[in-house]
Amino acid sequence: MASAIHLRSAVALTGRFPVLAGVDLDLDEGSVLVVLGANGAGKTSLLRLLAGLLALQSGTGEILGCDLSSHSRHVRRRVGLLGHDVGLYDELRPLENLTFALRAGRLDPALAAPALERTGITGRVAETPLGQLSAGQRRRVGLALLIARRPRLWLLDEPHASLDAPTRELVGELVEEAARAGATVVATSHEPELSVPMADLVATMAGGMIARMDLGGRQVFEGGD
Amino acid sequence: MLRDALLVAGRDLRIEARSKVALWQVVPFSVLAMILFTFALGPNPAALTVSAPGFFWIALLFASILATQRSLSIEGSQATRESTRLLGLDPAGVFLGKVGALVAELVVIETILVGGTVLLYHVAFRNWLLLVASCALAAIGLASASVLYGSLAGGDRVRSTLLPILVLPVVAPVLIAGSRAFVAAIGSSGDGGRWVAVLAVFAIVYSVLGIVLYGPMEEI
Amino acid sequence: MRHTLSKLLGPISAVLVILTIWLGLFVTPPDVDQGELVRLVYIHPALAVEALYASVGMAALCSALYLWPRTRSMRMDRLAASAIEVGVVFNILTLVTGSIWGRPTWGVWWTWDARLTSTALLLVLSLGYLALRRVPAEPHVRARRCAIAAIVAAVNVPIIHFSVVWWQTLHQGCTAICPGLTYKIHGSMGWTLLLSFVAFTTCFAWMVVSRYRIDVLRDSGHDGALDDALEARRSEGVPS
Repeated sequence: MASAIHLRSAVALTGRFPVLAGVDLDLDEGSVLVVLGANGAGKTSLLRLLAGLLALQSGTGEILGCDLSSHSRHVRRRVGLLGHDVGLYDELRPLENLTFALRAGRLDPALAAPALERTGITGRVAETPLGQLSAGQRRRVGLALLIARRPRLWLLDEPHASLDAPTRELVGELVEEAARAGATVVATSHEPELSVPMADLVATMAGGMIARMDLGGRQVFEGGD
Repeated sequence: MLRDALLVAGRDLRIEARSKVALWQVVPFSVLAMILFTFALGPNPAALTVSAPGFFWIALLFASILATQRSLSIEGSQATRESTRLLGLDPAGVFLGKVGALVAELVVIETILVGGTVLLYHVAFRNWLLLVASCALAAIGLASASVLYGSLAGGDRVRSTLLPILVLPVVAPVLIAGSRAFVAAIGSSGDGGRWVAVLAVFAIVYSVLGIVLYGPMEEI
Repeated sequence: MRHTLSKLLGPISAVLVILTIWLGLFVTPPDVDQGELVRLVYIHPALAVEALYASVGMAALCSALYLWPRTRSMRMDRLAASAIEVGVVFNILTLVTGSIWGRPTWGVWWTWDARLTSTALLLVLSLGYLALRRVPAEPHVRARRCAIAAIVAAVNVPIIHFSVVWWQTLHQGCTAICPGLTYKIHGSMGWTLLLSFVAFTTCFAWMVVSRYRIDVLRDSGHDGALDDALEARRSEGVPS
């Protein structure tokens, strides 16, 4: 299986502070990796590095075949990131936000409506500017964007946060669908009871590095080693 | 590049149409500035008419700073900036799109200011073509320089004080050439063509600089 | 070899500047029209050349080299910043000496002559660059922003250069070497003027090198601190 992520001794700085202090990680395409760890361990920084949004200070990194140091723009085009803040435009409605993003990515804007429907953004909510929606509703719009864009690498920062029970279940379904379709998923989490069952591998971060790697529930369920 | 420029300009203008910040904040500020200039100079009609070119362009410069701040605050949060970077838009297209939207807003502001100049400063224009050309080119030059420098200046907190320091010296040629063209449009001098040429050169130079340099700015 | 040259720059520039001042004050004759005031010509034009052309030109070149991936290095960023900072000093001295010359000549300490105005604008542009440099940001982000700002500022230099022609103002036209290569200053005055350009260029180079060294020393301290920071960071993951 092709390699989706290859990091060797990856160090990244924020200012002069090493948020990542030498990360080694290999992940095949179609795999689901959940990253656990205490606050400040470097989970979000790892996602930003994988997204090509954080510069590699030292070490090597290859994401979906693109070198992180020299082709970060190519990396950014191939990934989808759902952060704590969905990073969309408050004045625009959900459909307008998704349509803009899809057009920017040279994708069919008609994919927006079905994606929003899938995440329950319909009716009055769909006609409300994003800035007036609740945190959970905004997150669902962010999920809809991922569904519509179908990136090859999904990066989810605490995907269950701020979501109600049905939408949390939906996250699990979406991750499973994405992995079966060949996409790679990396998700950070403070809720292992929700995230580990959907993972092939579980990494625990501490001190800006991956301290240990375990099998996830998906592998156990499918009888993996 | 052009496709992305149209997309970004459409987004910015749609956001402005919803929020109406330029309409309800920047335009009133521009008009207020013109009124305050009158208070500073005194209600002497002759003095106001002579000073009108300078007042117009200074009011426009300050308004363009405010409009630029607003335009750049659309991607004010780090999350929004990063989200936009992940979309794969051509940086030159993003630059042109933001400039295009800003030019549209500046043209509206200029139109209102010209009206204010005629009403408040008793100015009568003889050469409307010269006036329109100089205003249009100045809008492009101001928008290009402001968007370019505004993107350099970092996040919202720092940009609010840093942007004027960076932009105003750079656009001084626009102020000089614009006010001279204004004088020529009133009919008080005959070298309007030269000053329009200066404005055109400025607009072209800063547009090209923005197209070329916006990409490197995006790189991590 | 490089280190020896840079060590000698300081003494060489000091000698040349002192020689220029001595020649300018005591050896060259006063001017027929300007009298003793002409002695400022051995300082002011040289300062202006360094401020307007050497400083901004060097900053723009180094900035372009920084932005070009093949030549990108923090050395270029430091050189550009050093050139601008030293240029600010020379710019202020240009305006001060210009004012001192202008007062008895024009009757005012300051006039809105195009070249003076453009020089003052360039000073403000340079100060804007330095303000941008002090905005908290990661080193490479800061370097990239400042490189772009320097290149854009350099676009202003041709406007300054042509300002005398475009606006036909109070400022002197060409003083020594004019289009058509007719020399306006002769004899010892001409040689002293030429020496002043050499002296202040050397002085500029020495100041830039010194400023650059300060940045290198400061950043090498940070490099060492990075290793310590990495060790401290990694130890966060070790169970106590």
